[in-house]
Amino acid sequence: MSMSNLQKVVASGAFAVTGELGPPKSAERKKIEHHAHLLKGCVDAVNLTDNQTAIVRTSSIACGRILIEEGLDPVVQITCRDRNRIAIQSDVLGAVALGMKNFLCMQGDHAKCGDEPSAKNVNDLDSTNLIQSLRRMRDEQVFIGGKKLEAPIDLFIGAVENPFADPFEYRAYRLAKKVEAGADFIQTQAIFDMDRFELWMEKVRELGIHKKIPILAGIIPIKSMGAVRYMKNNVSGMIVPDAIIDRIKAAEDKKEEGIKLCVEMINHLKTVEGVAGVHIMAVAWEEIVPEITERAGLLPRPKFD
Amino acid sequence: MIVAERKPLTEIIKAVAPFAKVLVLGCGECVTVCMAGGDKEAKETAAAIAIARKKTGQELVVKTLTVERQCEFEYLESARKLVEEADVVVSLACGVGIQTMNIHYAKVQTLPGVNTTFMGLPLQQGIWVENCLGCGNCVLEETVGICPIARCSKSMLNGPCGGSQDGLCEVSKETECGWHLIVERMIKFDKLSVLSEVKPPKDWATSHSGGPRKMVREDVKL
Repeated sequence: MSMSNLQKVVASGAFAVTGELGPPKSAERKKIEHHAHLLKGCVDAVNLTDNQTAIVRTSSIACGRILIEEGLDPVVQITCRDRNRIAIQSDVLGAVALGMKNFLCMQGDHAKCGDEPSAKNVNDLDSTNLIQSLRRMRDEQVFIGGKKLEAPIDLFIGAVENPFADPFEYRAYRLAKKVEAGADFIQTQAIFDMDRFELWMEKVRELGIHKKIPILAGIIPIKSMGAVRYMKNNVSGMIVPDAIIDRIKAAEDKKEEGIKLCVEMINHLKTVEGVAGVHIMAVAWEEIVPEITERAGLLPRPKFD
Repeated sequence: MIVAERKPLTEIIKAVAPFAKVLVLGCGECVTVCMAGGDKEAKETAAAIAIARKKTGQELVVKTLTVERQCEFEYLESARKLVEEADVVVSLACGVGIQTMNIHYAKVQTLPGVNTTFMGLPLQQGIWVENCLGCGNCVLEETVGICPIARCSKSMLNGPCGGSQDGLCEVSKETECGWHLIVERMIKFDKLSVLSEVKPPKDWATSHSGGPRKMVREDVKL
């Protein structure tokens, strides 16, 4: 079985770092390559969002192939919103044939949240079904319908959890359920409310989930007041405490304050038991990732032969 | 019940414009209860058509009738005389009633006067909510009586998504998160452990996804 770079980093016990690339609303390969080059060497793998916030963008699998050609390890995000089980299983096989191994299973924002609100939301599977189905494709070589794959595939299966969504009491149990379904790693929603995140981690540790699976804590560097306000008011399932808003507001150099906050959070997360890495989502601010990872002492990234 | 809302009058008036003799046909069941297509709405619709037609000076004979139940052939016979006299029928029944009319009176066109919206219940006067999609494989026993297929915007089987906050769905601040309600009720009944079980992908073949459905019961056939 061959392992993805992310899988190797996690297996080595090193504190993992993943980045994120939002594919463009165009077919400009150069744009994708440009963002890939900014992240190269600073992160172990790069998430490719799947039409995030229900806005049409270049296919995450197509971008995944470009990343591989540029020497990066892609994490292909798959939502249940746009494709039924036939399309998803087919796309996963295609992506594996193109060299991809890491897949992140998620439900996806409702189409009403994006630019095509009249679209039919598929949701044939839910995110837990998707995790379980990929696990069965890998471990049992079987499709959802029961037919056998003609040859085995390697997959490193990711799941997401959002400690900031409700009902809060259920969130850690939901994570446990995703692990039981077959998740190999977890990436969380971006943290701004550290107290709530730690409360959630307490429950995660109580359930022993952190010992079964690496949990990568989500981080979004704040670039401006506009960006932080947008996240507070427009992004579903996110909590941005007023203290954060006030801190950025009071700062003369908003960008520097955003970076400082981000580095502080990463350094703190390194000390939280059960956090195995960070997932830095600097979408539309990819160029800041080298500085953040440098200042947070995350460089150089581990290399494997 | 089946919930519907009347189409905009301008749309109905436009649809009947080519016709001189119009019958507006109400239904005495669900659409009467949800105040979209009962006798009162049939009369209002007929009056609106008549007023609009007066402006154009075009000939018009508009009549109204409300049958007890438009979705069964036997209840449609009482309308035969008026239907056969008319050039067109505007049905204020749900989509089932409109189609039953078109089958039973194949020579006359029956046009829709309402938009059929969903199967649901009147939460309070003037507020209706959807709570069943007719998926053909009820899971309510597993979800303490709240349907995740109808009440969750993403029809999830294994718990809430990450977009739910303060009990509300990411789709709209007017929409309750179905899974939030389920989890709260499960806690109340001490059944949260039921949710730990991973539910396999749903068999949608029993829903409309499997094609238009037909039910045949030999035990009750004549």
